[in-house]
Amino acid sequence: MGIERVPQNELIVPPDAATQDALWDGVTGELQDKGFVIGQLDKLVNWARAGSLWPMTFGLACCAIEMMHSYVSRYDLDRFGVVPRPSPRQSDVIIVAGTLTNKMAPAFRRVYDQMSEPRYVISMGSCANGGGYYHYSYSVVRGCDRVVPVDVYVPGCPPTAEALVYGILQLQRKIHRTGTLWR
Amino acid sequence: MDLALRDLGDYIEATLPDAVIDVAIVREELIIETKRDTIVRLLAFLRDDVNCQFKQLMDVCGVDYPGREERFDVVYNLLSLSHNRRIRVKVKTSEANPVPTVTGLFNSANWWERETWDLFGIYFLDHPDPRRILSDYGFEGHALRKDFPLTGYVEVRYDDEQKRVVYEPVELQQEFRSFDFQSPWEGIQAQLPGDEKAEEQERT
Repeated sequence: MGIERVPQNELIVPPDAATQDALWDGVTGELQDKGFVIGQLDKLVNWARAGSLWPMTFGLACCAIEMMHSYVSRYDLDRFGVVPRPSPRQSDVIIVAGTLTNKMAPAFRRVYDQMSEPRYVISMGSCANGGGYYHYSYSVVRGCDRVVPVDVYVPGCPPTAEALVYGILQLQRKIHRTGTLWR
Repeated sequence: MDLALRDLGDYIEATLPDAVIDVAIVREELIIETKRDTIVRLLAFLRDDVNCQFKQLMDVCGVDYPGREERFDVVYNLLSLSHNRRIRVKVKTSEANPVPTVTGLFNSANWWERETWDLFGIYFLDHPDPRRILSDYGFEGHALRKDFPLTGYVEVRYDDEQKRVVYEPVELQQEFRSFDFQSPWEGIQAQLPGDEKAEEQERT
């Protein structure tokens, strides 16, 4: 009952109108009757975390162009609560969009370290996933998972804006099925 | 165009005979070869002379010929806006022989020469800021030399115990494979298949 009805495991699409009405009637009924509702805190927290994933702006190469495309009007990540932040202190997720070079790696790790928990990493594109085209280069990190732990890998060179949106939705699913408050 | 370039080449050679080793026109581009000790004088002349006016240095780069005695070429590409003309100046050098800097003539040469130093290890004498520009901090070697291995010597990894990014010798899961896409029957031809038809059509 009540807040239990917030998005569950794989639920990204909002429930239909009848279900929503029933939910609201239930919640209002509980409130009027008892003055409080009982729900599961972890699900509420997961819902809150997945609903406002603020990504750190970390465009490194051409993937950043596709990342911009997914932010702006056509795909509009804003409607998923995804708003790019200029500061690691304000962000929950870092989207590694592009080639991570050896020279950039310490800076990237520092930015990641400055993010507050819980933090997530989306590796976007072949170069960030495993070096990609530059796998055998003398100056490129063979996958950003050598530097930070990665939650979601988005394949492609570069991945389309849709692919990145799908990756973010996958991350939301992952957050939804997290059972603990601390990672 | 070719004739004008030829005239310009002859003019430069006639004016500075001791600075010019060779004048060549390759694919309608004028190439002048000079020596290390005359490069500054030649570029100053090219910049200031009324018939040249090559006031912009577009690029300085290196070329590595590992089989040669003096293995490097330093190439200066200049542009004259007033004459709508480009020129290329080449100097031969080696690891041991520094090339005098042209930063005094062209400010843009500063970073170009740093790049050439970074990637080829060609030293520029009296350069105001002879640091690397592109490679990683503490990078060893010069990446565009022919004897520099593609994968380099070090790779980075985050070390969870030291809490920092560490450098380690390269360890590849799979060696680099060089694929030969050239067909054994055809090979590479100067004329692409289908071009001969176009030429026939032009003739008729």
